[in-house]
Amino acid sequence: MVSRRDFLTLTAAAAAILGPGRAGRLAAQDRLTETELLAFKPVGNVTILHLTDLHAQLVPIWFREPSTNIGVGEVRGLPPHLTGKDFLAHFGIAPGTAQAHAFTDQDFVELARRYGKVGGIDRIATLVKAIRAERDGRTLLLDGGDAMQGSWVTLQRKGADMVAVLRALGVEAMTAHWEFTYGAERVKEIVEELGFPFLGGNVLDTEWEEPVFESTAFFERGGVKIAVIGQAFPYTPVSNPRWMIPQWSFGIREERVAQHVENARAEGAELVVLLSHNGFDVDRKLVSRVPGIDVVLTGHTHDALPQALLVGKTLVVGSGSNGKFLARLDLDVRDGEVKDYAFKLIPVFADAIRPDRETAKLIDELRAPFRAELDRVLGHTNSLLYRRGNFQGSWDDLICEALLEQRDAEIALSPGFRWGPTLLPDQPIRMEDVWAQTAMTYPQVYRIEMTGAQLKEVLEDVADNIFNTDPYYQGGGDMVRVGGMGFTIDVDQPIGRRISEMTFLKTGQPIDPARRYVVAGWASVNEGVEGPPVWELVARHIEARKVIDLPKAGRVVVKGG
Amino acid sequence: MTDVKPRIKVPKTAKKGEIVEIKTLVSHVMESGQRKDAQGNPIPRKIINRFTCEYNGKPVCEMVLHPAISANPYISFFLKVEESGTLAMAWHDDDGSVYKAESKIDVTA
Amino acid sequence: MIRSSAASRRTVIKAMGAGALAMGGVGLAAAPARADLAKAQKLLKELIGDKAPQEGKVRLEMPQIAENGQTVPLTAAVDSPMTADNYCKVIHILADGNPEAGVCSFKFTPSSGRAEFSTRMRLAQTQNVWAVAEMSDGSVWMTKTEVKVTIGGCGG
Repeated sequence: MVSRRDFLTLTAAAAAILGPGRAGRLAAQDRLTETELLAFKPVGNVTILHLTDLHAQLVPIWFREPSTNIGVGEVRGLPPHLTGKDFLAHFGIAPGTAQAHAFTDQDFVELARRYGKVGGIDRIATLVKAIRAERDGRTLLLDGGDAMQGSWVTLQRKGADMVAVLRALGVEAMTAHWEFTYGAERVKEIVEELGFPFLGGNVLDTEWEEPVFESTAFFERGGVKIAVIGQAFPYTPVSNPRWMIPQWSFGIREERVAQHVENARAEGAELVVLLSHNGFDVDRKLVSRVPGIDVVLTGHTHDALPQALLVGKTLVVGSGSNGKFLARLDLDVRDGEVKDYAFKLIPVFADAIRPDRETAKLIDELRAPFRAELDRVLGHTNSLLYRRGNFQGSWDDLICEALLEQRDAEIALSPGFRWGPTLLPDQPIRMEDVWAQTAMTYPQVYRIEMTGAQLKEVLEDVADNIFNTDPYYQGGGDMVRVGGMGFTIDVDQPIGRRISEMTFLKTGQPIDPARRYVVAGWASVNEGVEGPPVWELVARHIEARKVIDLPKAGRVVVKGG
Repeated sequence: MTDVKPRIKVPKTAKKGEIVEIKTLVSHVMESGQRKDAQGNPIPRKIINRFTCEYNGKPVCEMVLHPAISANPYISFFLKVEESGTLAMAWHDDDGSVYKAESKIDVTA
Repeated sequence: MIRSSAASRRTVIKAMGAGALAMGGVGLAAAPARADLAKAQKLLKELIGDKAPQEGKVRLEMPQIAENGQTVPLTAAVDSPMTADNYCKVIHILADGNPEAGVCSFKFTPSSGRAEFSTRMRLAQTQNVWAVAEMSDGSVWMTKTEVKVTIGGCGG
């Protein structure tokens, strides 16, 4: 967690280096253009475009990449477990550049003001159209899931806005995760409405253990027969409410993936693409064990990497989140083999890219009925509000503070979601911003009593979902955020031994394993949870506070990693 | 128990020598014997403890079940079909009841 | 199967019901108690005698993290020709963190054609599930896989 003092130091340092008024001049020198962003030396006969984890961000946003992204075991220090300066050094990116800003948290506020917002489906549409025109008949556009959650508009429309948007973009296949939180019946409707394949080869029904969705879609591009195998988020019924999809069972199902690959090859596929929502480390392990996958387009963990990573013979592509990036992978496929490739993760700098007019019109129409609610100003933030990172995050600190105060609780728990954009300091906080952190189908704020021992069990359990050294036992996401409590975590320990020094911040005393604490939290996966939606509490809290300075919430000390 | 009705998925036809998959489900509480009722009294164990499968009267496979098998036991397995015939399956309850299901498979050329 | 074209759509039949794990993590444990492990070892000895099982040959497919501890799917298989003089006789499934170590024993014959079966089991807590295969030549093979039973709910 960045303290207010660190934050001031950081901005002051940036200002000292750049000098007053220099930011504008630098921006002019380092101006980004659509042509530059699209610049790409084409290779071969196939172009794959990958979007993932859009989280229903229709319009441009700010999105700060994490400052902490710890890898454990064999992946310690390997991409994507690099942040800040280490990331820049590893990929040879100069600090202060547009690339540095796109891929890291470095000098975030200063550079965000220089380079502007990112994303916007209308900008993505412009890029996609330009690449399709350049690579006519060779281009395949795929979406990795989590398109239909993360905004008030998509929650109100149960994903229908994103169905319209994905169709307008010309997406040709997708897989899914949060889409399942609309429940099985709605998912079946979405599959019908999409008009393109919804793939999930790892989903079986809980009765006869038979496939629920198609596993594979075939395409022909540039004379190459391409198989796209879809892998839905394997831990959907663990991380999200199982009761919403009681008849569907997920899992990594490595043997099934291998079978799908074999079947695809048997049907003559010359290029096998795994469109996956497994998460980066899971996919890295999977492709090291399952032969025959040429490309894995990974998702879920929101990692944005400027290069495709080669694992054995497989290219692993991590395309970021929230519409901030569009991945372009050119492949030269001959004799059933990838002979050459070129890759670029294109940052979607909204100010540099013309909005596609038709798509902009569609987005306006989709948002129009909600405009007044979205634009309601709740207060003002003096602080940078962000979520992403393994621990805490100022948006979550604010949510935890709201939970503690609005529900009169001693301790607050807020899930370690990786979605949710960023707000710069000195900005109004609008209702849309709150919904971008909270909009979901199970938002109820519960208020229960838990013993100190139970709290430890929760922290240990969640920590093992992130820091288990075997990626197959990781559920993705970040550490649960806490308010009213501090703790120390040693990520290198096994389950049961990672969490120590749990402190009740109100008294400064250690958390007593036997004492019962009043705990408020949200997004419980249980059925029938009662309580107000979390956005109501957060909105009420911001309105009461009027001005937000970084709240003092959880205190987390991290060891190891 | 009169409401115990096995459901089976057996192919109607197979080629000679083909290995086919058989799937079975039977609705049964599989009371483990480890639970207690509201008064704190142990609920007696009542499970399906054995499953058998024969083809034309010849044993194909057999399963011994313990209380760790989930309620409404699901069992799937394989059969090598050399000739047309009848697949006969039986589920044996702790209380002595036997639930049965049968299905014919025709060998096609 | 659910496809985007209505014609090939398959109706999924209602599931038989499922319980929910309470937030607060009742009954969660990181590793099985020693008593449970001893029970599993004792049962193994009852099943295969003094033979020392070798690693390998038998495959056990289970989820790494259980969605529902009441009903966890498992598939066990042995790569065997399943001929009259070379076949897998039985696969035993044991669990080293349940109240009782025994899960099931599946006996094959050469007319099984393939030494593979699937079922669904209960897991009281995070533990190892063992698959032990006895072959017609008297050899015994074994594998273990850990299945986590977790609170969940905080990912994404």
